[in-house]
Amino acid sequence: MSISRLERQALESRAISRRPSFGQTLHHTLMMAYRTLLRVRRTPEQWADVTFQPIVFTLMFTYIFGGAIAGNVQNYLPLIIPGLLVMTVVTTSIQTGVQLREDMDTGVFDRFKSLPIARIAPLAGALLADTVRYLIATVLTLAMGYLMGYRPEGGIAAVALAALLVIVSAWAVSWIFAFFGVVARTAASVQGLSMVILFPLTFLSNALVPAKTLPHILQIFVRFNPISHLVTAIRALANTGTVNGNLAVSLIGAAVIVLIFAPLTVRAYMRKA
Amino acid sequence: MQRDEQFPSPAVQARGLVKIWGTERTVDGVDLTVPAGSIYGVLGPNGAGKTTTIRMLATLLRPDGGTAEIYGHDVVSEAHVVRQLIGLTGQYASVDDRLTGRENLVIFGRLLGLGSSEAKKRADELLESFDLTEAAARSVKKFSGGMRRRLDLAASLIAQPPLIFLDEPTTGLDPRTRAQMWDTIRHLVETGSTVLLTTQYLDEADALADRVAVIDHGRVVAEGTVDALKASIGITSLNITLRQASDHRAAERIVYDTLGLAAVETRESQRVVAPLADAERATDVLVALRRAGIAIAELTVQKPTLDEVFLTITGQVPTAEQAPAVEEVGSR
Ligand SMILES: Nc1ncnc2c1ncn2[C@@H]1O[C@H](COP(=O)(O)OP(=O)(O)O)[C@@H](O)[C@H]1O
Ligand SMILES: [Mg+2]
Repeated sequence: MSISRLERQALESRAISRRPSFGQTLHHTLMMAYRTLLRVRRTPEQWADVTFQPIVFTLMFTYIFGGAIAGNVQNYLPLIIPGLLVMTVVTTSIQTGVQLREDMDTGVFDRFKSLPIARIAPLAGALLADTVRYLIATVLTLAMGYLMGYRPEGGIAAVALAALLVIVSAWAVSWIFAFFGVVARTAASVQGLSMVILFPLTFLSNALVPAKTLPHILQIFVRFNPISHLVTAIRALANTGTVNGNLAVSLIGAAVIVLIFAPLTVRAYMRKA
Repeated sequence: MQRDEQFPSPAVQARGLVKIWGTERTVDGVDLTVPAGSIYGVLGPNGAGKTTTIRMLATLLRPDGGTAEIYGHDVVSEAHVVRQLIGLTGQYASVDDRLTGRENLVIFGRLLGLGSSEAKKRADELLESFDLTEAAARSVKKFSGGMRRRLDLAASLIAQPPLIFLDEPTTGLDPRTRAQMWDTIRHLVETGSTVLLTTQYLDEADALADRVAVIDHGRVVAEGTVDALKASIGITSLNITLRQASDHRAAERIVYDTLGLAAVETRESQRVVAPLADAERATDVLVALRRAGIAIAELTVQKPTLDEVFLTITGQVPTAEQAPAVEEVGSR
């Protein structure tokens, strides 16, 4: 048998597809998420930030601002724990972009690019795996609050829903940092650029202080800041068990971010040499 | 090798491929035809554009000009189809450092559509045949260069692709590992694969490839069988050490006039090196030098280095400046 006949058989026996189906795309994404989690198991220090930051932030901000803003720490908890929850988890999502950049520099992404898999899978997988990070940060922040005496009146189901909302929002926001991760030259520049954007968004919001204590000009910014809407929605859910318009605004905002940044990120990823 | 008439198209068909980085035309109009079932070598010095060419053929980079087809499928418009037909082992290992060798292969297998137990079985088979079973549970970070290369190659073979790209598969390997890699590559072709490999080493192309394309500055400067290539450049080179450096120019002239081939530029001003198609002609050079009154300190006849091959083919000589031209060195 000639060599080329063998080869032709190899070609003919393959079920060649023109593009990955939706089911395959989902499968590829889950596999890529699994890979990211396997990596983390081997280098747990990669997750130091999601354990350290919730504990330290919660203690620090509650005791620094508690007395000044709400008279005492106990009264401040219903205000600050939802605020800190949003701040901490959304800040954690910066790390997604940083790690994506580092990962892309290792060369294994060259193999992913040469495999017949959905182009979005390596990115979406990494982002999906990171929702585990957000979950850890969420649980730790809420647990710290509980230890300090926070008893959300919305009940456990409402708090779980609030936690889910935070995680979904952080995942949406992480597409922005994934985009930076793909276009930036170094991991350090991803970190820097992301901080520049996220710092005003989180601090110039109602996360730590009631908006009405701020100067007028800042109040306008705070009111339009999407982070404020998310914080307000979380507070309503956790503290009173109610759903308000801010929840819809937050979800729409999250969807808009994904619709803009996911295609941008995939395109930049495919153009990158 | 028996040609199969019904076989649809060559494994690789590239026409006028171009890649521009900034203002530099890294790949400048490369044409390649790789027949199915053979080992094809792309030979060129560091920076010639070999990696860039392979990355375009493997759908990792979009060409800035020209077209390329893999078994008749366009690398740009049918990239997903092409990816199902190729395996790529890049110049730098593209496996995950933080995972074990086995985990790497299982994940790639799953991504390629194998079921969980199927992927594990295939991983174990490959680990076995690449002599990595013992190291399988170790993190790739702890692998030696040779092991990493083998794992990378194993990863490219999971789906048994009909076409395999190997970018400098033996650069940086010790001689023993290099010989093993050569055996592995030969075995691949025996089992029905087509291999396109790049190399900086003439002896590697000689040992493995059926046909070669020599590329320099992003252009194919010669294409043909290895035998034809070697015949055209001479299999030995004449190496003359002069008594006086001041005779250098004159000696080069004489070599050129006698052999009809340019001397190679060397760093030492007392040395003149020229390719020699026929050992008999060495005598003619010596006679001509004596007649011109140029004294010789030493004379040797050696196998040519790749540098000499290039200078011969591209015809870039210190005395006669000319643009590199594609030279057909014949085919079987
Ligand atoms: N991503 C890139 N951006 C800019 N220049 C590049 C890039 N990749 C390769 N080059 C340039 O292309 C040239 C040839 O590269 P390469 O294809 O790697 O050659 P070879 O593999 O033959 O050594 C190099 O001079 C390098 O600077
Ligand atoms: Mg290279």
